[in-house]
Amino acid sequence: MNETNTFLLDGEEIPFTPGQTIIQAATAHGVYIPHLCWHPEFKAHGSCKICTVKVNGRFGSSCTMAAQAGMNVENRSTELDDKRRTLLQMYFVEGNHFCPSCEKSGNCSLQATAYELKMVSPHFDMFYPDRPVDASHPDILLDFNRCIMCSLCVTASREVDGKNVFSMGGRGLLGRRIHISSESGKLADTDFALTDRAASICPVGVILPKRKGFAVPIGERKYDKLPINLQVTEETQ
Amino acid sequence: MTDFSRIDAVLAHHDRNGTRLVQILREVQEQLGWLSPATLSYIAEGVGWPRAQVSGTAAFYSFFHTRQRGKYCVLWSDNITDRMLGNTDLMDAMCKKLWLEPGRVSEDGLVSVNTTSCTGMCDQGPALLVNYRAVTGMTLQRVDEMAELIRTEVPIAEWPAEWFAVQDNVRRTEILLAGNFAPGSALRAAHERAEVDGLSSSNNRSFRESLPHGIAGPMAMLDEIQRSKLRGRGGAGFSTRFKWEACRNAPLRADQERIVVCNADEGEPGTFKDRVLLTSYADLVFEGMTVAAYAVGATRGFLYLRGEYRYLLEPLEAVLARRRAAGLLGKSILDIPGARFDIEIHLGAGAYVCGEESALIESLEGKPGRPRVRPPFPVTNGYLDQPTIVNNVETFASAALVALHGGDWFAAIGTKQSTGTKILSVSGDVARPGIYEYPYGVTVRQVLADCGATDTLAVQISGPSGMCLAEDEFDRRIAFEDVPTAGAFMVFNTSRDMFEVARNFSHFFAHESCGFCTPCRVGTTLVRNIMDKIANRHGSPYDINELFKLHRLMQGASHCGLGNTACNPVFDTLNKFRPAYETRLMSLDYEPAFDLDAALSEARQMTGRDDAGAHFAAHSPDEANA
Amino acid sequence: MNAPAPAVKKLRVATTSLAGCFGCHMSFLDIDERIIPLLDLIEFDRSPLTDIKHCGPCDLGIIEGGLCNAENVHVLREFRKNCKFLVAMGACAINGGLPAQRNHLDLRDVLEEVYQTDVGLSHGGIPNDPELPLPLNEVHPIHEVVKIDYFLPGCPPPADAIWKLLTDLLAGRTPTLGHGLMHYD
Repeated sequence: MNETNTFLLDGEEIPFTPGQTIIQAATAHGVYIPHLCWHPEFKAHGSCKICTVKVNGRFGSSCTMAAQAGMNVENRSTELDDKRRTLLQMYFVEGNHFCPSCEKSGNCSLQATAYELKMVSPHFDMFYPDRPVDASHPDILLDFNRCIMCSLCVTASREVDGKNVFSMGGRGLLGRRIHISSESGKLADTDFALTDRAASICPVGVILPKRKGFAVPIGERKYDKLPINLQVTEETQ
Repeated sequence: MTDFSRIDAVLAHHDRNGTRLVQILREVQEQLGWLSPATLSYIAEGVGWPRAQVSGTAAFYSFFHTRQRGKYCVLWSDNITDRMLGNTDLMDAMCKKLWLEPGRVSEDGLVSVNTTSCTGMCDQGPALLVNYRAVTGMTLQRVDEMAELIRTEVPIAEWPAEWFAVQDNVRRTEILLAGNFAPGSALRAAHERAEVDGLSSSNNRSFRESLPHGIAGPMAMLDEIQRSKLRGRGGAGFSTRFKWEACRNAPLRADQERIVVCNADEGEPGTFKDRVLLTSYADLVFEGMTVAAYAVGATRGFLYLRGEYRYLLEPLEAVLARRRAAGLLGKSILDIPGARFDIEIHLGAGAYVCGEESALIESLEGKPGRPRVRPPFPVTNGYLDQPTIVNNVETFASAALVALHGGDWFAAIGTKQSTGTKILSVSGDVARPGIYEYPYGVTVRQVLADCGATDTLAVQISGPSGMCLAEDEFDRRIAFEDVPTAGAFMVFNTSRDMFEVARNFSHFFAHESCGFCTPCRVGTTLVRNIMDKIANRHGSPYDINELFKLHRLMQGASHCGLGNTACNPVFDTLNKFRPAYETRLMSLDYEPAFDLDAALSEARQMTGRDDAGAHFAAHSPDEANA
Repeated sequence: MNAPAPAVKKLRVATTSLAGCFGCHMSFLDIDERIIPLLDLIEFDRSPLTDIKHCGPCDLGIIEGGLCNAENVHVLREFRKNCKFLVAMGACAINGGLPAQRNHLDLRDVLEEVYQTDVGLSHGGIPNDPELPLPLNEVHPIHEVVKIDYFLPGCPPPADAIWKLLTDLLAGRTPTLGHGLMHYD
């Protein structure tokens, strides 16, 4: 509506409507800003920091910063992509991300983002944390080895499913984890169901349907076909 | 009384209100010892919150136990100043006496011994908490006696009272610590000033006219704060008047009220001035809060007191009760129209990050202390989405004096940009550790001379997240425009090792990171691991470069100040005390972080082998001829 | 007669498989007929392909697999000492891979389970022959023990990715892997 409602993203003019964040405007315009915890259906969480951009020379999270007319935003610079790669390496050493044995491989946002950022090694020393697997639920497996703490399942369960099955609790590298709303801590003791939005929201391989694995052959999976930066508009699966 | 009826009593006391969850959890734990899965379920049901949210909150705070703890829980304060006073050896001695491994509950469930972040007793350490009661001045003799009392299961209430004595150690006073403040005098002055001065000093007439009845006093008070040029004492130095005015101007929706929060979550290692203000100057602080409430139109106040200062809860409640009785708190304060305000005390539970104002508000709302995404800021959307000011203890104390003596009087003290005085918490290698109040602008060198510091190598100002100054910077001044500080002033003499200082701080940040954002959650642990690697003589220049790289990333990309500043002590000491690192480096080549020979230890044990092939030679073996 | 063209100095390459499955080496062989022109450009030193037991000075060392025992560490150090640059090839070399799944178990429990309590296996006790390398307490990726210059992810890396890396290195280019060649699985 207002022609002054544009900002510059890597030199390209991006239109926005007031109230949109930088990443919302960029996504609507088909421009990829790397991200993990942000999902177009939900309010920004702002924790992964992969979507960090430089706004008029200062770092900021593009998922929480409101777009403003005339701002100059740097996105895919060498400096920012280097930082993003380091953040990805942090994810890969703090969890147990063994892609060859993960059913999400090829359809995983973490993996696809790491490909896009040309991450060839975890760089740091591995932490190999001991994290639990919860196979208690008849239809769903939870493998927390792969959790990236994006909280999308928490939000989806609360806002879409109205169930509050999950909550992000605890503190720090060792403490922070998903808590499950049952005294046993087991998913089977909640009212979680395969049809919940939260059951299909996980960007990595934590929440998986049972009895359905490796269904799509290698070469045909989501990110085999096209890299993640070319699938911007398909995010709302 | 059954456990559940005890929980019911606590829940009833808090109106089964989930936003009071942190207080509920603490009070239940004080009664039952720990928070069992059944307890958490019962509380969740009681407040009507999802169970995962209750267990997630309980797991966030260090002082909450979701696994059974010992009957006696001993936590040694592990700030660098406690280390310098020998806490490591004392804790080892205690563990030996009690046949314990640090961090493990004894098999009979009697006792556990571990470390905790700085408990704010740096001027009288080594300090510890026993069942969350503060103990100071530990010695080997006290360790022996304490171990004996624990072994014979003597209740803590019967332990020697002098162990729990906390000294103020006020060494230098100016306006705040003068100690001649009459409760109510600042409020009366604020109110009287409005009547005497009228509204003539204001240049904001139309704005004023839109305010409800009884605003002459509040506006005059804001004018005085403006003239005083008071800035926040928590370290960042934000203009108090801007904050208060923004809160005053923030629109209120139906059923909303404005909130005043006093941040007494004094968690920055090396800082203990708020402890003294709340011990001996509580009226000044509460009066400052009341003045603030009067100025911004707030009707509800909180004092967020760090869990380490649990022992101050009852004395502070007594001060509040006395002020209510004297008409200085409550429904009609000093009969001033519209002056309705009361204060309740919330205790933290061992989480440094709650010193960040939005994390503190989350905690007040019964949640994990995770800093919020900002904007919106607390002045418009704070406690339960209501306009809220959060100020430091010392800021409120200063505001009370501004109300009493006027802004011009206050602005005449200190420097042009940093008016008033600053209370420093001095500890470390000094003859007279304690509390020193100075007009802003005092040089570091002057403070060092006054506290009896000799052969000083470095001063860590404003805690680990602040600045480390070397000798050539001692003529710099304590002021927002030069060396800003929240109050910590830790002194290290030439016998100290600044690498070990930085390493201690790196452990602190790794422990206190809330874990929300990736750079801080993982980065603080990576930094800690690299510092340990260098300490264990496995470091190389590669690791130094890694530290710089992590510093650059965390400073720019972290969600809040904790992550942004977590590498400051490493960065400062790398720049100013580089040899402390370099003398530890093993080689110029890359070195693994772990001892390769030790990595064969389990296999050696299981096979009983000890031949040459069961070991790695020391460094740089001639592998080609192996 | 024309003078013979000056002999191009071939790149000397050593390869090894540590705690891996030789899958990466199999994938290497999947470059198929391209191995013939490749042999005009490189020569092999120590490698499962040559059966040379120790490597001499080399330009390039390619390591498959992570570190699960003392022998792995000795070989890796030999490579680092002799090679100008090292490539970590495949998931196990890069993040420990499948062998690292044992890092969640206590090595003592593993040895006891396998050699003493598990039925069906010889109950001869835990082998302690000095000829056998001792297992490390934990499996490590190789970059945790020596400096690694290049990484080639994949389980295994596709033959085309191995070819791309080698041809990039031979041409003096920093190796890059585009879409389709970069795989963690």
